[in-house]
Amino acid sequence: MNRRPFDPRLPRRVPATRRHLALLGLLGVATAALVVAQATALAALLTAAAGARLDRPALYAFLAAVAGRALLLWAQGAVAAASAATVKAALRTELLAAVGRRGPGWLAGQHAGQLATLAGRGLDALDAYFTGYLPQLVLSVTVPVAVLARLVLADWSSALIIAVTLPLIPVFGALLGWQAQAATERQWRRLTLLGGHFLDMVTGLPTLRAFGRAGAQVEVVRRMADGHRVATMRTLRIAFLSALVLELVATLSVALVAVPVGLRLLGGGIALQTALLVLLLAPEAYLPLRAAGSRFHASMEGLAALDEALTVLDAAPTPAAPAPPAGAATGTGTGGPAGEIRFESVTVEYERTTALRDVTLTIRPGEHLAIVGPSGAGKSTLLGLLLGFVIPTSGRITVDGVDLATLDPDAWRAGLAWVPQRAHLFAASLADNIRLGAPDAEAERVGAAVRAAALDEVLAQLPDGLDTTLGERGHGLSSGQRQRVALARAFLRDAPLVLLDEPTARLDGASEAAVLAATRRLVAGRTALLVAHRPALLADADRVLRIEDGRVTELVPAGGRGTVPA
Amino acid sequence: MTGPAAPRAEPSPVRPEPSAAPRTEPPPVRPGPPAAPDRPLAAERAVLRLARPYLSRLLGAGLLAAGTELAGLALMATATWLLITAAGQPPLDVLTVAIVAVRALAIGRGVLRYTERLAGHDATLRIITDVRAEVFARLAARRTAPPRRSGDTLSRLVSDVEAVQDLLLRVLVPGAAAAVVGLLAVGGTALVAPAAAVPLAVGLLLAGLALPAAATALTRRTADRVAPLRGALATDAVDLTHGAADLAAFGATGAALARTAARSRELAGLERRLAAAGWAIDGVGVLLAGATSAAVVTTALRAGVDGVLVGVLGVGTLAAVEAALALVGAARQWSQLRTGLRRVAALLPAGRHTEGHTGAPNAAPPATGAADPDRNRPSVPAPAAPADGPVGGVGVRLDAVCVRYRADTPPALDSVTLDLPAGHRLAVVGPSGAGKSTLLGVLTGTVPPDRGEVTIDGTPPRAYPEQRLPRLVGGLLAEAHVFHASVRDNLLLGRAGANDDELAGAAAAAGLLDWVRRQPHGWDTVVGEDGGQLSGGQRQRLALARALLAAPAVLLLDEPTEGLDPVAADRVLASATAAAGPEHTVVLVTHRLRGLDRYDEIVVLDGGRIVQRGRHDELVATPGWYRDQWLLQEAAERGYLAIAP
Repeated sequence: MNRRPFDPRLPRRVPATRRHLALLGLLGVATAALVVAQATALAALLTAAAGARLDRPALYAFLAAVAGRALLLWAQGAVAAASAATVKAALRTELLAAVGRRGPGWLAGQHAGQLATLAGRGLDALDAYFTGYLPQLVLSVTVPVAVLARLVLADWSSALIIAVTLPLIPVFGALLGWQAQAATERQWRRLTLLGGHFLDMVTGLPTLRAFGRAGAQVEVVRRMADGHRVATMRTLRIAFLSALVLELVATLSVALVAVPVGLRLLGGGIALQTALLVLLLAPEAYLPLRAAGSRFHASMEGLAALDEALTVLDAAPTPAAPAPPAGAATGTGTGGPAGEIRFESVTVEYERTTALRDVTLTIRPGEHLAIVGPSGAGKSTLLGLLLGFVIPTSGRITVDGVDLATLDPDAWRAGLAWVPQRAHLFAASLADNIRLGAPDAEAERVGAAVRAAALDEVLAQLPDGLDTTLGERGHGLSSGQRQRVALARAFLRDAPLVLLDEPTARLDGASEAAVLAATRRLVAGRTALLVAHRPALLADADRVLRIEDGRVTELVPAGGRGTVPA
Repeated sequence: MTGPAAPRAEPSPVRPEPSAAPRTEPPPVRPGPPAAPDRPLAAERAVLRLARPYLSRLLGAGLLAAGTELAGLALMATATWLLITAAGQPPLDVLTVAIVAVRALAIGRGVLRYTERLAGHDATLRIITDVRAEVFARLAARRTAPPRRSGDTLSRLVSDVEAVQDLLLRVLVPGAAAAVVGLLAVGGTALVAPAAAVPLAVGLLLAGLALPAAATALTRRTADRVAPLRGALATDAVDLTHGAADLAAFGATGAALARTAARSRELAGLERRLAAAGWAIDGVGVLLAGATSAAVVTTALRAGVDGVLVGVLGVGTLAAVEAALALVGAARQWSQLRTGLRRVAALLPAGRHTEGHTGAPNAAPPATGAADPDRNRPSVPAPAAPADGPVGGVGVRLDAVCVRYRADTPPALDSVTLDLPAGHRLAVVGPSGAGKSTLLGVLTGTVPPDRGEVTIDGTPPRAYPEQRLPRLVGGLLAEAHVFHASVRDNLLLGRAGANDDELAGAAAAAGLLDWVRRQPHGWDTVVGEDGGQLSGGQRQRLALARALLAAPAVLLLDEPTEGLDPVAADRVLASATAAAGPEHTVVLVTHRLRGLDRYDEIVVLDGGRIVQRGRHDELVATPGWYRDQWLLQEAAERGYLAIAP
């Protein structure tokens, strides 16, 4: 993890932070000036009061300084919060845009869930960093300087003691803080593990109950939570100890300043007003440093999120990078993939496995190809190649002789429809979900797609019909219903090339029959690639490819078209 | 600590300090569990009921916190007195006591703060331990099917439990300390300078009551407006990452991004405006501290209070108001925690009794071992439950069973009558929504019949003790969860104390054994969260192997070959059916009709009714749903088998 208090990559990513930082700096300088002014006025006020006299100018100056500090505190908070809001919005948008640019192939290695959490709620942890830590960091520079400057004028010997002892805070902080920080980081991991374990147990409750273990696990949960407590307390003892040491260092330093002042006061060597000023200002010099140090822990989660976000962004290409090579035949893509598709010795290697080995095959326009093979054999990779989500490690794919890699991905994809194994349904209306690939499609076309996908019988059961709003990830629809929505999407897309990835997996007989019939309607008159592990899907194929261990062999179906009684 | 803007006690490293810009709860995906009763603070009471055994520890932490604040206040007051008095150049011995007091207070404050924080965290973590166990116990004790919870709701439960920790540590303890300090400050001032006590009391009341009330109102308003936006953005993030492939394939990435960016900007604007309002409260707090101090000094001077005392009062007032301002933070915390607290409280026992509570909190086994990081490695530590011997066969009867989930929907099961003698093999088929899962739920006792009767060995399932029933009826159910633990631990859940031969037998029957043998860590391979490290097929086989190992008298198999290719599906179904003992009953729910010729009886469910029943040969010979499906599947399958090597 980046331990620097401010990530230099941030202003490069979000230029507005430069302005915010400058503002925070100005506010910090003004605050420091007012800290000194307030203490000066209060010292005068109290000195006069000691003589039973009300020093009105000092009173007004004190009140004015306080009012000024109130105003600055507000401004500082507002600027810091504005900065946090800006940075979060910018990073969130950029992160999600990076996902879009790199495509799902890249995402698979990035743990979609982790990224979704980071871009969703993870970045909100930055609030603590921006509003709690950063302004305090600025103050820890400006306030001690201002205090020292004022004390040099008032009583240089006190200023000297403060100047000598002040570095003790960061030195001790570093010595103790590092250890506490390491311990705390370990603790975070353990906490996540235990939290995750509790979640695992709660999620698995029905299973535990089914095996008669639910009751027995209560003691396990208690033991785990208790283990968590003991481990946490062990770390806290160290973490709090560092705070204690820092507090004592500051207190003793103030005492080092105050004792000579008191003695000189007794001997009449210093004015009461000066002595009071020293007493009021000395702690102010140590305070911001300690506060910043202690808030560093609290802002760590935010810094970690920031680090993660910036690292992901640095790993992702800038918007210009993935553009097709100069002179690419972008135009040919718009004609749609109705042309002949050839795989020429295509090999796809992932980090640990080889998904496809030296695959050569030709898909002629209008042909229906079925792909079978055990799970993990490379079927989905084959579709991923055509979708442009997977890039061949070696070999190439051509469309009417043009290398797919040189085509503009969006233009190429405009000519294909995809029905994945488990389509992602969006938290939007059913109609918007169907319109995914054709946002401007009019109601009649949507209606036709709905009927073609056999979705109309599902709609009949929904009170709001097409206007039904789905929950997150399409919550509220069964697998069969989801699959029909995905088919409706593909119908509406009306593309010459259709890619289907086990469209009837996880469906019962009745749904399967409906989806199967809809699938047949969809592929009619189009080029189709169909991954199947249900036999029902194979009857329609012109050719059947079998993938095993990344190698493709062609099989001739015994039946062929027309043998299925339906 | 004289500056009004001086930060209060250092934040606890256990949880990040909440930002001053109020953070908010995620919005419920759907209306959460019923809110706690309308009694004021009902949720807080319910949670604090669990804190009762630790009351003395909490009280001690609160007193230590008050002591810390008082020491700080006294330190500044004494030091001021010391300086002003010294200016009069009295003999040194007049000052001796004060000098000693300043030293003691300076060191004492640090030590007090240290002990207070330790004591507070210790008490809180002890209470959290009980809350977690209690919440889990309540969930575990539910016998009926729990309301379906999404992963989000569940993870919220985990963070909700942590809301209890924040309530105690950040609201209750500092709140109590601030109240004690405020009362003592006003009381002390009233003794030495009655006139000055009035402005002090007013300032403290404003800082300790009015400002926290304003902060609470603002935090709530913020939550109402920000939470839906944050929730929507979180959903957007899920859609844009998990749905990235769909978006890209359909060329919709750009539009989705633009929508999210607009929403993100809207949230940023709202956060800026609300944070400005929130920080205004903090600004007013600073102003209040200074103004109160000035008012106290002025009033005291007018009332002719001794000059030295005026100085002490002026400095002391700053510290006291500052202490009271801690309540603003506490109020913010509290209003953010309430939603979570209510959800936790809804899961806690409502009555006075604390069932499942094992008396003395310290009776838990010494936790040193559990605290060892290595021991915290994922596992399902199933304590050796008394491993009953193998169960014999039992008969199962369903007599005109009806189940209706809601009055306005058709029944899920309608007059279903079945008679399953020991050793019977029953297959249940039918279109989705036909009532197949409900039938299994009735057998396991999670779904109570509205009419009719279910008996297992002559007794209704729900009449069996909770520990006994799974030995009689159980198996591979639809919501089978695979734990973040080793393959072995997951399997042992089926039968604690099974030896490696028994594990291998079950794994072989489920077709998992070859895969296990290929893993470098064999049985100790950790399978990831909900089996995330496994492929769909392996996860399914693991769940099946666990069910087979459990070997209940009535083995339920809900789509055991889902996600397997046809050849594997046939093999696994045959071996799994054979693995059940001859005297054990098997109830199979499937959509695939191959292999059912080995079953004694097949029932076809449709709309909750049994529309066909008989043996495979009979059903294939009779026109109807079964025959149609069989022909469809078989014709397609022949084509496939012809090409499969």
